[in-house]
Amino acid sequence: MNENLFTSFTSPTMMGFPVVMLIILFPSIMFPSPDRLINNRLASIQQWLIQLTSKQMMSIHNHKGQTWTLMLMSLIMFIGSTNLLGLLPHSFTPTTQLSMNLGMAIPLWAGAVITGFRYKTKASLAHFLPQGTPLPLIPMLVIIETISLFIQPIALAVRLTANITAGHLLMHLIGGATLALTNISMTTALITFIILILLTILEFAVALIQAYVFTLLVSLYLHDNT
Amino acid sequence: MASVGECPSPVPLKEKKLMDVKLGELPSWILMRDFTPKGIAGAFRRGYYRYYNKYVNVKKGGVAGISMVLAAYVLFNYCRCYKELKHERLRKYH
Repeated sequence: MNENLFTSFTSPTMMGFPVVMLIILFPSIMFPSPDRLINNRLASIQQWLIQLTSKQMMSIHNHKGQTWTLMLMSLIMFIGSTNLLGLLPHSFTPTTQLSMNLGMAIPLWAGAVITGFRYKTKASLAHFLPQGTPLPLIPMLVIIETISLFIQPIALAVRLTANITAGHLLMHLIGGATLALTNISMTTALITFIILILLTILEFAVALIQAYVFTLLVSLYLHDNT
Repeated sequence: MASVGECPSPVPLKEKKLMDVKLGELPSWILMRDFTPKGIAGAFRRGYYRYYNKYVNVKKGGVAGISMVLAAYVLFNYCRCYKELKHERLRKYH
């Protein structure tokens, strides 16, 4: 039982051949590139969704921040599609691996911070001290703000990993419990219902993407433009 | 005068489609296929566009276009973890 629970999170190999690359590249098939004015239904729906999201997300930025639109839109599409495909039975979700999320979080955060330091050095340094702090508290507060700055990429990565992994684990556990309880009925109906609710709530893993990109976005905004 | 059913200029073996190749010519036809990376990539590309243009890139495409892809994905992942799933079947002896 113990081994069965975590084997779904190991790197997928098929007869010794690592297919993890194929699985990471698979969501790209789901997004055909729109090449005409009026496309097929799939491309039109995706086009509309991305226009909606990009308008809502990039409107708060100035011109310099809006150059990041392509990066952030592809980020939200990738994480959203990967998380949703992970809800299919037996599938492997790459975003459960901390290595991958760190690989996404650290470069993006570092890019934002370095851009802020490069173009607005004084303003970026001024972020380390909130306005109106009493004089004796200043050294401690600078240390605390530095720590909170460096924790941002780790928080981004660990947040995504932990949420997706915990959701998958819970589904495994509750599904297993339901199967075991089928011989002892009456509670099975309740537990199956809990599975259903949990799955629906887990569908809001998509909301996690929103959280991811939004948090990244807020960080970018603050460092770049303020 | 050529009779009906007999083409005057024979098609070279390389350009025939699979269904037109006679059984005796099959090994030489397979050997003539392009097995370079570019050829294999071209084969994947043709396959992708064949599926895409038939089921997705149509005027009134439905949910069947992507559902078939997702079903194939589920099947692929099932084959991938069959080894671990073998032990969870409802059998008396595993």
